[in-house]
Amino acid sequence: MITPSSLPELRDAVLSAPRVIAVGAETKPRLSAVEAVKISTRQLSGITEYEPSEFTFTALAGTPVKNIIAALAEKGQYLPFDPMLVEAGSTLGGVVASGLSGPGRFRYGGVRDFILGVRFVDGMGRLLRLGGKVVKNAAGFDVPKFLVGSLGRFGVIGEVTFKVFPRRESTLTLQMPFEAERMARIANSRFEADALDVLPGGEKMLVRLAGPGKALEVLAKEIGGEIIDNAIWNEIRETRWNFKTDLTPDQITDFKAAHVSCCGNVAFSHTPPTRGMTLRGEFPLWIGGRSRFAIEGAVKQALDPQNRLPTLDD
Amino acid sequence: MLSAVHEGRADTPVRSSEAAGRSVRSPLDRFAAILPPDRILMRPVELAAYESDGLTAFRTRPLAVVVPETADEVIAIVRLCHELKLPFVARGSGTSLSGGSLPIAEGIVIALNRLNRILKLNPQQRIAVVEPGVINTQVTTAAAPFGLHYAPDPSSQSICTIGGNVAFNSGGAHCLKYGMTANHILGIKAVLGTGEVVEWGGGSRERLGPDWCGLFTGNEGLFGIALEITLQLLPKAECFHTVLAGYRTLEQAGDAVSAVIASGLLPGAIEIMDALALEAAVAAVHAEYPPGCEAVLIVELEGPREVVAIERERLDAILAASAPVEMRPARDAEERFAIWKGRKSAFSAVGRLSPDFIVQDGVVPRRKLGEALRRIAEMARESNIRVANVFHAGDGNLHPLILFDGREEGALHRAESLAGRILKMCVEMGGSITGEHGIGVEKRECLPDMFTADEIDCMQRLRAAFDPLGIANPGKMFPGKEAPALSHVGLHPLEKAGLISRE
Ligand SMILES: Cc1cc2nc3c(=O)[nH]c(=O)nc-3n(C[C@H](O)[C@H](O)[C@H](O)COP(=O)(O)OP(=O)(O)OC[C@H]3O[C@@H](n4cnc5c(N)ncnc54)[C@H](O)[C@@H]3O)c2cc1C
Repeated sequence: MITPSSLPELRDAVLSAPRVIAVGAETKPRLSAVEAVKISTRQLSGITEYEPSEFTFTALAGTPVKNIIAALAEKGQYLPFDPMLVEAGSTLGGVVASGLSGPGRFRYGGVRDFILGVRFVDGMGRLLRLGGKVVKNAAGFDVPKFLVGSLGRFGVIGEVTFKVFPRRESTLTLQMPFEAERMARIANSRFEADALDVLPGGEKMLVRLAGPGKALEVLAKEIGGEIIDNAIWNEIRETRWNFKTDLTPDQITDFKAAHVSCCGNVAFSHTPPTRGMTLRGEFPLWIGGRSRFAIEGAVKQALDPQNRLPTLDD
Repeated sequence: MLSAVHEGRADTPVRSSEAAGRSVRSPLDRFAAILPPDRILMRPVELAAYESDGLTAFRTRPLAVVVPETADEVIAIVRLCHELKLPFVARGSGTSLSGGSLPIAEGIVIALNRLNRILKLNPQQRIAVVEPGVINTQVTTAAAPFGLHYAPDPSSQSICTIGGNVAFNSGGAHCLKYGMTANHILGIKAVLGTGEVVEWGGGSRERLGPDWCGLFTGNEGLFGIALEITLQLLPKAECFHTVLAGYRTLEQAGDAVSAVIASGLLPGAIEIMDALALEAAVAAVHAEYPPGCEAVLIVELEGPREVVAIERERLDAILAASAPVEMRPARDAEERFAIWKGRKSAFSAVGRLSPDFIVQDGVVPRRKLGEALRRIAEMARESNIRVANVFHAGDGNLHPLILFDGREEGALHRAESLAGRILKMCVEMGGSITGEHGIGVEKRECLPDMFTADEIDCMQRLRAAFDPLGIANPGKMFPGKEAPALSHVGLHPLEKAGLISRE
């Protein structure tokens, strides 16, 4: 394990072995379970820039998300995509490379929707900054987005810039029996729900509302269901799920055993699904295959011509 | 910036496609196997409409314009271009403001307007699958009966296409809260410069593996052509609270923005227009603004009525404390519409103040807006050029409209050099040379202001992966060598109109 403590050292680390893979806190260990020298981002930690008035911050890849959440909270801001495994120590770089978003991705989008810029080391050992540091930027190809979910296979992330939002005054959680119709109705309604999840078993669903407390009480009455403790969302976020699957709401009933998040768009499970990705455990990384196009190999060649980083199939 | 482009190129003769076609067998004949003759345009009169885009100072006549009607035809065309090593430029409505859809003299234009079907609209899942030639507002119109809408709203939304929006990752007035086009793209089927057909993503809002749709969006037509796009739709906000506030000075308007941001509110839109832009809107759409204002601020809240009822009180209090000359909350949908009509007409309205103008699209950190505007005003004064400012204040995205008269000797050059200085300033302040209009032809030379040689090389390697022959929209985005697009710069519109001529 190599433990660089600066971005130039990260670059050297990438060049130091024929095959390397970056790891953060290894909260999704299957993603980095490959034959390669591990580069730990543990010492690449800290918020390098934070401008609350800009709604942006920049932090090194190994920064624990927990620290970021705390720094943002001090200024009344938050990461709307609701990062997972925060208490377990997940790092910002790991969040990006794994592309894992929590239940809050329902309202404003996932990791991909809040990443603005990235400094990363490509397979040739070049430290590159792509994207920008301002909330809006259309210059150049959107490599930061591409690195979301890239599993460290196309570049090693050193530093990331994110957009953040002002934190809402309060949140309120409703629990009710799951019915596909009702869920779609709530999702399409005027309520602007913040999260919409179905609990394992497929019998109950949760609706989270966020905003001024007085307004939420009125909305909750209209939506119906039982008000329960907000703490349930922490449990969902902190659960060490083994698998993740992308789906569409019409497939919810096929994922009864799973926790289905984001109004039927993603499932997290402990038992292997028919298709999906393994986050922990001895299963193949991809379950049930994945689509492959020639462009994947060509982009890999462009960013990492010597295959210094593993491929998506390793 | 663009100066090199204009020099000494004016009298390059326009290639005659007829002449080329008779003697030797033209490669263009091969397109006859794909399309009927009436959808292969080669006569100068037919090509004229395609010579330019929203950056009207530049025109190039392509060899031909082909007009496919199906995705399969587009695929066949791109594969033939690949075989012939023939450059192509995809074109939606041609409203690009950076010359993105400017044709290439030795290539063809692929006009996508007839791929204009909404293939699927699933209100239950809040998604739509559309062809690239579908107009932005048509998506919202189709979704409206279900209480849904498509969020990205460029001012050109009633004419620009989703394909163009994808290519440029277009923005609009609601980006701070809802993001740009890329944030609403769930799936893309595309034919790449290699001829490969790919399908990424689909109906799900989540994905596994790298974000290919994210990489493709904003490629400026350099990776290939989007054939089918899956869009996320959002429920229409139940209720809006739109306030227009006039300020004595631009600085006060800027301070009001900071106060709104600091309050913890997240408005759907925060826009500013300066005096010259206001004058234009008044002339164009008979907008009416508080008199004696150097700036007008528009702030819009949206959401469930119970939420807006609470937040509007906070917003109104913040604005009241920001020393406006006058505050005008929209009392009904009609008044709200009028406020937005004035704002969205600003670009075209400025056209009434000046025979020509260039729109810039720089971004600065929001807290530096005041300083940026002051420096733009200084630079404008120094150059003796009028600049109108319309901007997405919530995003720090400036749109200085640089007015000039193309009939005056060197005026375009002066306007461009001012534009270049403004963009340099944006980069120096930690911002960007483009927030939403893209690099195109126009800002190619500014790319190195933002990125190092290695970073540009990285992007060129990516481009080469998608399009090893460099046939997809060559001459755009990257500075220097790859510039066949500009081998012919044709007539300025004023020349066409007979107002000017160069012997
Ligand atoms: C008055 C006015 C106001 C505007 N306001 C805004 C604004 O508020 N925000 C904003 O972001 N922009 C704005 N624009 C710029 C412009 O409208 C956008 O860039 C728009 O997305 C272009 O769409 P289009 O269909 O006209 O594309 P075109 O101009 O035809 O093409 C633009 C680019 O996309 C490529 N392209 C087109 N279709 C495809 C496809 N299917 N696949 C791959 N590449 C393709 C072209 O090659 C070209 O590079 C404005 C323009 C005008 C004239």
